[in-house]
Amino acid sequence: MTDVSADLATQAVRPNDRSLFVRDERTTRRHRAEMRFRMMGLAAVTFGIIALLGLMASILNNGVSSFSQTYVKLAINLDASKLDKSGKRDPAELQKVTTFAYQPLIKAALVKTMAEHGISVDGVNAKQAAELISKEAPAQLRRYVLAHPDKIGETITFELLAAGRIDGYYKGRVTMESAALDRNVSPEQLRLADQMREAGILEKRFNWSFFTAPDASDTRPEAAGLGVAILGSAYMMLVVLVLSLPIGVAASIYLEEFAPQNRFTDIIEVNISNLAAVPSIVFGILGLAIFINIAGLPQSAPLVGGLVLTLMTLPTIIIATRSALKAVPPSIRDAALGVGASKLQSIFHHVLPLAAPGILTGTIIGLAQALGETAPLLLIGMVAFVREYPGAPPEGFFDPASALPVQVYNWTTRGDPAFVERASGAIIVLLIFLAIMNITAIILRRRFERRW
Amino acid sequence: MKVEADQVFANNQAAAAVGATGAVIKMKGDKVGVFYGSKQALFDVDLDIYERQVTALIGPSGCGKSTFLRCLNRMNDTIDICRVTGKITLDSEDIYDPAIDVVELRARVGMVFQKPNPFPKSIYENVAYGPRIHGLVKSKADLDNLVEQSLRGAGLWEEAKDRLQEPGTGLSGGQQQRLCIARAIAVAPEVILMDEPCSALDPIATAKVEELIDELRENYTIVIVTHSMQQAARVSQRTAMFHLGELVEVDDTKTIFTNPSEKRTQDYITGRFG
Ligand SMILES: Nc1ncnc2c1ncn2[C@@H]1O[C@H](COP(=O)(O)OP(=O)(O)OP(=O)(O)O)[C@@H](O)[C@H]1O
Ligand SMILES: [Mg+2]
Repeated sequence: MTDVSADLATQAVRPNDRSLFVRDERTTRRHRAEMRFRMMGLAAVTFGIIALLGLMASILNNGVSSFSQTYVKLAINLDASKLDKSGKRDPAELQKVTTFAYQPLIKAALVKTMAEHGISVDGVNAKQAAELISKEAPAQLRRYVLAHPDKIGETITFELLAAGRIDGYYKGRVTMESAALDRNVSPEQLRLADQMREAGILEKRFNWSFFTAPDASDTRPEAAGLGVAILGSAYMMLVVLVLSLPIGVAASIYLEEFAPQNRFTDIIEVNISNLAAVPSIVFGILGLAIFINIAGLPQSAPLVGGLVLTLMTLPTIIIATRSALKAVPPSIRDAALGVGASKLQSIFHHVLPLAAPGILTGTIIGLAQALGETAPLLLIGMVAFVREYPGAPPEGFFDPASALPVQVYNWTTRGDPAFVERASGAIIVLLIFLAIMNITAIILRRRFERRW
Repeated sequence: MKVEADQVFANNQAAAAVGATGAVIKMKGDKVGVFYGSKQALFDVDLDIYERQVTALIGPSGCGKSTFLRCLNRMNDTIDICRVTGKITLDSEDIYDPAIDVVELRARVGMVFQKPNPFPKSIYENVAYGPRIHGLVKSKADLDNLVEQSLRGAGLWEEAKDRLQEPGTGLSGGQQQRLCIARAIAVAPEVILMDEPCSALDPIATAKVEELIDELRENYTIVIVTHSMQQAARVSQRTAMFHLGELVEVDDTKTIFTNPSEKRTQDYITGRFG
C-alpha cells in the first residue's frame, strides 16, 4: 500500500476544476512573453521601415530636382569676323579661337533678344544680364562651331544652360533674400530671369545632359553630368563580369566537385570566406600596389578599377555558386553517372543548368555590390577630375574615367550647394541601377525556382 | 530402388549440367572488401552473377547490400573515403584495373536507384540522353526509334507516348521509376543494377516493375537489392544473403527460401531476426 501511495505522490497532479477558458498563471506568463516578443519585433521592423523611408525621402527631396534644368533659348549670330578672321574655315585656325571670342556673341544675342521682347530691369546692365547664362555656354557654342564649321556666319537658335544660381532659383534653392546676400547673384537679376521666363526665353525642362554630360568644374554645377561616371561604371562592370563569372564558377566547380577533402582545400575554403569579409579599402591598396605600381597600368583606368572590384566580387560569386551547386541533389549526379556520363558531362549537362539561377543571382548581387563600391576606387585614382569620355573598348578600358559612387563622393566635397543636388541626383541614378539589378536577381530566382 | 535412386541422381546431374552451361558467369566478385575511411563495410565477399538471371541481394539494413551493388559499376568512386579491395570482373576483365574506362563500364553496367531520379527534363530527353552522349544513334529518326523501344521495354510507352515533351518529373512515382529503367536500358547495358527499385512505389506500381524485371531477364543480367522477401522470391533466380558486411550464403532462390543452409538466413527470411 505504501508503495502505491508513494507512486501517486510523484505523479503530476492536475487540479480537476480546470476549464479551457480559465488561464492559469504559467499560461498567462507565457502569453505575455510572446506578446512582448512580438511587439519588439514589430518595433524593430517599424524602425527599419521609418529609417528607410526617411532616407529615401531626403534623397528624393534633394535629388529629384537634378533631373530638370533651366535653359535660355537664344538666336545667336555666329559672326564670321569674330570666329574666323581668315575666312578659310581652317580647323587648325578655328581651334585657336578660345571661348573668350564666343562670350561677346552670347551677350549681343541676349541684349538683342531682350530688346525685342521689351524686357529690362533697372540696375541690371548688359554684363550683369549675361551672367544669367552659364559660364559653360561659350564652351558649348565653341564645341558646336568646331563640329560644324560650315555654320559660321549663320544665325542659329541655341539652348544655353542658365547659371547655377538662376537654376537654383527655380528649384527653390535660391530666394530673393538669399540673393541679396549673395555675391554671385542679385535680386534684380532674378527679377530679370522671371521676366525672361514669362517671355518664353528661359525655361525649365528635363535634364538629359545630367546623364550624358561629363563632370564640370567647381564654378559650373549646372553643367555637371554623370556621362563619364556612368560609362566608367559600365566599363568596370563589364570587366568584373567577364573576369569574375568564369573564374568564380570554375573555382567553385573545382572546389565543390573535384577537389579532394583535405587540409589544403579546407584552408582555401576558410580563406575564401575570410576574403569576403576583408574591408574594401584593403583591396584598393592591393590594387594600387599590384596593378599600378608593379604592373604599371594607368591610374584612374576602368580596367584597374574592374580588376580591383573583381577581386572583391570573386568571393561573393564563389560562395553563391558553391551553395547553388550544393543545392543540386546528388541523385541527379548519380543518375547522369549511372547512364555512363563522365563527371564533366554530368556537371555541364545537368548540375550547372540546375545551379544556373543561383549562380546568376549571386553574380548579380556581387555586381551590385561592386557597382556601389567607392573606397578602393579612390585609392587607384578614379576620383580624379575627368572631363573626357573614355574611348570605345578595348582602348577605353585604359582611359581615365570616373565611377558613379565616386562621382557622388566627389560632388559632396564641393562648395557650391548646387552640387548637393547633383550628388543626390547621382545617388538616385545609382539606386535605380542597383534596384534594377536586384529585381532581375529576384525574378531569375522566382522564375527558375527548383524544379526537381 | 537402386535404379530409381540412380535415375534421380542422373536427372540431378543433367539439371546441374544444364545449369552450368545455361548460366554463364557475367560478373564475379572475388574477396571483395570495402572500406569507408577506416571502417570496413564489406568483408571478403565472393559472389558470382550469372548472365540473364536475376540475382537478389537480401539482408538486414546496413549489411552492405548497396555497398556491394555500387561496387559493380564503380559508383563508389564518387565517395571520396570509399576504398575497394579484392577483385571484381565483368566478362573476366578486372573492372578496378586502373587502365579501364569507368564511363565505358557504366555504359555496360547500368543502374536504377532507390528513389526515382529522372533528370528535370522532358521524358524524351531523359531517355535520349544516354544514347546521345555515347553516340549510339546516327539520326533523329534512329533516336526517336530508340526512345520508343526503350519506353516500350520499360512498359511506359502507352502512358508516355502522348506526353514525350513534358517533364519527366511530372510523372507519378511508379512511372518515374519505369522512366529510369527506360533510361538505363536505352544505352543497351549488359547488366542492370537495381537498388530497392520499388521501395518508393505502391503495390500496383511495384507489381508492374516486378513484371518488367521478369521480362528484362531475357536480355539483361539483373542484380536487385530488396527488402521484400516476397519480391526476392518472385523475381529472382538466385539470392544472396548478407549480414554485417559478410556474404552469409548464396544459392538458388528456391533453396534459400525453402531450405537455407545457414541459420541466420533462416531467421532472416522468417522475420525472426533481431
Ligand atoms: N557514404 C558512406 N560513408 C560512410 N559509411 C557508409 C557510407 N555508405 C554506407 N556506409 C556504411 O556502410 C555500411 C553498409 O551500408 P549499405 O548502404 O551498403 O547498407 P545496405 O545493406 O544497403 O542497407 P539498407 O538496406 O538500409 O539500404 C553501413 O554500416 C553504412 O553505415
Ligand atoms: Mg541500401
